[in-house]
Amino acid sequence: MAKKVALLQGNSACALGAIYAGCKFFGGYPITPSTEVAEVMSEELPKVGGKFIQMEDEIGAMASVIGASLAGSKSLTATSGPGVSLKQELIGYACIAEVPCVIINVMRGGPSTGMPTGPGQSDVMQARWGTHGDHAAIAVCPESCQEIFTETVRAFNLAEKYRMPVQVLYDEIVGHMRERIVFPEPGELEIIDRAAPTCSPEEYKPYDAKSDTDVPPLAVFGSEYRFHVTGLNKAADGFPTTKANLVAFEERRQIAKVECPEARADIESNEEYLTEDAEVVIFAYGSSARSARYAVNKMRAEGIKAGLFRPITIWPFPEKRVAELGKQVNSMVVVEMNLGQMIFEVERIVKNDCKLAGVFRVDGDPINPGEIMAKVKEVL
Amino acid sequence: MAYDYEKSIRPGKLPHIWCPGCGHGIVMKGLIRAMDTCGLEKNNTAIVSGIGCASRLPGYMDFNTLHTAHGRAAAFATGIKMVKPEMTVICCGGDGDGTAIGGNHFIHACRRNIDMTYVIMNNYIYGMTGGQFSPCTPTGMKASTTPYGNPDPIFDISKLAIGAGATFVARTTSFHATQIDKLIAEGIKHKGMSVIEVLDDCPTSYGRRNKFRSVVDMMKRLKEVAVPVAAAAKMTDEQLEGKVLTGVLFKEERAEYTDQYAKLIARVQGA
Ligand SMILES: Cc1ncc(C[n+]2csc(CCOP(=O)(O)OP(=O)(O)O)c2C)c(N)n1
Ligand code: SF4
Repeated sequence: MAKKVALLQGNSACALGAIYAGCKFFGGYPITPSTEVAEVMSEELPKVGGKFIQMEDEIGAMASVIGASLAGSKSLTATSGPGVSLKQELIGYACIAEVPCVIINVMRGGPSTGMPTGPGQSDVMQARWGTHGDHAAIAVCPESCQEIFTETVRAFNLAEKYRMPVQVLYDEIVGHMRERIVFPEPGELEIIDRAAPTCSPEEYKPYDAKSDTDVPPLAVFGSEYRFHVTGLNKAADGFPTTKANLVAFEERRQIAKVECPEARADIESNEEYLTEDAEVVIFAYGSSARSARYAVNKMRAEGIKAGLFRPITIWPFPEKRVAELGKQVNSMVVVEMNLGQMIFEVERIVKNDCKLAGVFRVDGDPINPGEIMAKVKEVL
Repeated sequence: MAYDYEKSIRPGKLPHIWCPGCGHGIVMKGLIRAMDTCGLEKNNTAIVSGIGCASRLPGYMDFNTLHTAHGRAAAFATGIKMVKPEMTVICCGGDGDGTAIGGNHFIHACRRNIDMTYVIMNNYIYGMTGGQFSPCTPTGMKASTTPYGNPDPIFDISKLAIGAGATFVARTTSFHATQIDKLIAEGIKHKGMSVIEVLDDCPTSYGRRNKFRSVVDMMKRLKEVAVPVAAAAKMTDEQLEGKVLTGVLFKEERAEYTDQYAKLIARVQGA
């Protein structure tokens, strides 16, 4: 049987990806350029028995999503920069209380209202460090409508598996662009549901980690497992504690569960294009990578050994592979629609192993291949 | 025989953090009796709070409990109730939590008429942070951030709830301990958004600064200012000056939010 195909906007692909992943709750607040995600969810969720609510603001939206997830629903919210700024306190809540949920950030410029209808990639550091306190972060950054679908599914899987908020960042260009999408059949993509407790209700402790990288099972409100959830530092039983050893163990575990080598290998996802023999590698993500790929093809035709490294998972940062490439190449060029954010991560990893330059743009226009090629030729 | 509170309290979680003389404990006991009267099943009940002294209440209670962020109880609770309409959802917290930082969530939960019971402990002060003024600190009174007397006018929480669309609104005080459970129980049984405002006292952060010599003085004041709605009907405006109406202030039947959403789903799926 032929697969279902459609011409869809990135934001619609996101919503349909969420439904495919089993999302049953959406809490949101309208903001350009993300609003279509909410619109499609409001139409699709009731069809599958799910619930949609437009909350009074983004803070309420994030709160409702965490509440819904604790009640057992895979839950989603979608917003843009100003809305993500408002959600930050509760993103931290979902981190420390270990509540799975997915946050879509369709990026525009900023700070503040910025250019609501223009694209931007200036929230990548916010996705890492936006909420206060030490915490791990998982964020993915698709470059096409098809990939928005599959990465939204993967974001739900990662949220459920690692019991934490996962952010999907894509810019206005991919959010509003229409492309051909091939829908995966039901069952074709892996769908992960959070681990449920297997012990008796009396024995259940919501943060009972078996190791310093463990992700303990999460019970559901309304089941026979009654438990307590708080944003305070807590012990294995979920109740507040100020005992130094318990606080430190939990703080470190919640980071290690994402950053230990096994988890990194599981979470990281990169695309490499002609990097094998590359002398110059362009580091680009999201829609900027599309220009970069075009530039690589052009330069290859001119005999320049260029390649593209595209992190699809941007957090945790692909440290190992970027370090290897840094040793291999003569130069790296970081391309991003901001004034230089990811370049500092690349610099932290490659140090002085290769030359490093950036192509940055914040005027609301996408970065074009010509700019990238000019920079490559300048540094090579 | 003495009433058995223990069966609703989580083993090993007492003593509580509240100061001697704090009114929040009286409200918790009232809530326990009310939940008991309504025969609520522990597994099928969630108690959700924000941040503050009052918001520490759920941690002591042997139910599904969620201690959220400052002001956000109603919004977290909305997510739970949407997903599990069959659960009984109770919110609790302070006046600052519910009407300052959380005011927006509070009024919108009222507007939706979502089936929850919100017990708001109004001690007219930010207790936990040491006594800064709240939207309910009476004008002229002292708080740590109103050293010259509070210049702000106050929110009347019950009026706010009625204006915003809550369909059951009642008020009492921690002096009227036996009325607390009656009103909360009525709120729990009511289908829709119920708000029960309980005036209580914070001797530590409000009483001391405002020259109340003892908790007894504060309780006496609560006794004096409270006027049951029935009695108030026979009183003149002059006589009601400085008084606070207690009892059921407002009650109406109106479509409940999760019911409406269930109908929407049925309509979409049937179509
Ligand atoms: C976002 C945020 N802002 C401020 C605080 C600090 N804070 C904690 S409790 C509180 C006030 C609590 O007052 P109220 O809700 O009236 O409850 P009470 O302590 O009097 O019972 C404040 C301002 C916080 N925890 N989070
Ligand atoms: S500070 Fe006030 S509100 Fe907080 S526990 Fe003490 S008396 Fe109660």
